[in-house]
Amino acid sequence: MPSNELAAGPPVPVTPTTSAAEDVIHDIGFRHYDGARFGRGWIVRSLLVETVRGIFGLGRPAKSKIMPWVLFGILMLPPLIIALWVILTGGKDLPLSYTGYLSSMQFVISLFVAGAAPYCVSRDLRHGVIPLYLSRPMKRSDYALAKFGGLSIGLFLVLAVPETLLLLGAVLAKLSIGHQLAGWAGGIAISAILALALSSVGLVIAAFTPRRGLGVAAIVTTLLVASGMSFVLSGIAEQKGYLKLSDYVAMLDPFRLVDGLAVAWFGVSSSSSTAPPPGALGGTVFALVAAALVGGGVAILVRRYRKVGVV
Amino acid sequence: MNRVVMHLTVRGLFGRRRAVLLVILPVLLLLLAALTRWASGGDPTASAGLTGGFAMGTVVPLMCLLVGTGVIGPEIDDGSIVYLLAKPLPRRTILLSKLVVALAAALVFAVLPAMASAAIAGDQGMRLTMAFGVTAALAAITYTTIFVALSVVTRNAVIVGLLYALVWETLLGGYVPGVRDVSVRQWALAPAEQLLGTRAAEWGVTSVVSVTVGLALLAATTVAAAVLAVRRLQTLRLTTGD
Repeated sequence: MPSNELAAGPPVPVTPTTSAAEDVIHDIGFRHYDGARFGRGWIVRSLLVETVRGIFGLGRPAKSKIMPWVLFGILMLPPLIIALWVILTGGKDLPLSYTGYLSSMQFVISLFVAGAAPYCVSRDLRHGVIPLYLSRPMKRSDYALAKFGGLSIGLFLVLAVPETLLLLGAVLAKLSIGHQLAGWAGGIAISAILALALSSVGLVIAAFTPRRGLGVAAIVTTLLVASGMSFVLSGIAEQKGYLKLSDYVAMLDPFRLVDGLAVAWFGVSSSSSTAPPPGALGGTVFALVAAALVGGGVAILVRRYRKVGVV
Repeated sequence: MNRVVMHLTVRGLFGRRRAVLLVILPVLLLLLAALTRWASGGDPTASAGLTGGFAMGTVVPLMCLLVGTGVIGPEIDDGSIVYLLAKPLPRRTILLSKLVVALAAALVFAVLPAMASAAIAGDQGMRLTMAFGVTAALAAITYTTIFVALSVVTRNAVIVGLLYALVWETLLGGYVPGVRDVSVRQWALAPAEQLLGTRAAEWGVTSVVSVTVGLALLAATTVAAAVLAVRRLQTLRLTTGD
């Protein structure tokens, strides 16, 4: 919130600023400022940093910290338990692959996205402060991209930390380092793609729902229903003998989409009963769909912010 | 009950494009039911699987959550509830009016689709439809009351509600047997098991509790949630924040 800039102070005579290179109204009659002004890049950077911090409740009241950290804690539990289990029993491999972990925690990850995405955009829309952002040397697309980048980074951190914890457990249990490192790298890559895909889905929905509660519900519903639909449709297609169709329907669910990418690129076994995607063609199709999901989401977001805030 | 409050609540729930969100899920459920019929040829076991799994496990809790948190949550969230609370109306009346609207909406958007799903996907003499109708209605009443209470108690009502409905009931219930005893879904399934009689086991409609226990727990939970909601609304603190 830009309210800090409007902090009360002794009335100072208004002097026209001449130093500003861009056509920006800096002095709106409150308090005079002579210091250095950082440009557009710095504003985008600040917005990005504030978004990432806000996702974890940093710089927000204690109440806002509860949910992100509870969900983060739930996400950290399985790696801790698995690591302990492997160390104590002296197993030969992790009972869960690095990418399989993402699918098995699908629901909690969905909830985290649903909590974080409306926080990023809904309040600014609801309180009509977008024009205040835009009165600075920042473009509309900068705002949308900064929010998208912030949510993606936040989400990636949430996924990458448990992955690294899994690796740490594997290393402590003296499993073969090379094999584990390769698996971990794959898990990190898939986490990044999943973070981008979920951010685009979540932000697009949140950007159209100024009410926070409604946005949370809409995002969770979308992700759950997409997942449920893809499983039921897969099952029906399999029952009817359309095995290829059954594998491709998995693309409806972002989690099964990235799971398919993991199968195609890193050769891990699929975490769902079906085995997507079939062959090299399937891998390409899955990759294209993932790219289209992220690209399409960002395009809709930028389009949405071309008009928003103009009353 | 107060008609004006109910009217305002209905407008808040269905106004603008919000009704679309409420229609999408039931429509998807019916589409899946039609597909299931096509795939399995109207087999009651497959029908019971879809209705007992996807409809009772996902659609009914989600719809009750959307409706239950939608009738009062947004107003508390943006603080406009004060205009309602400032009126010379008992808070009990305000809450019960909103609860009645929520229950009616849950009946239309959760219970009827669940029944239709059983009827479309395959049934024998409407027995499955009736059984799931009773189950869905009981579950919807309890879920909706719980979620209304939850949205008065906490601002994270949607996330807490989802954690309960899906992580507790669906995920943990599958692994930890004790969890299943404390589950609205299991309590509501008990009457269905009784109604289906000998067919229940054959079609896979089973509950872990008996009918008396199930109904008693449902009633107790519903009343407790309603009382809690009224009590919390009487001492509501509006906190500013994000």
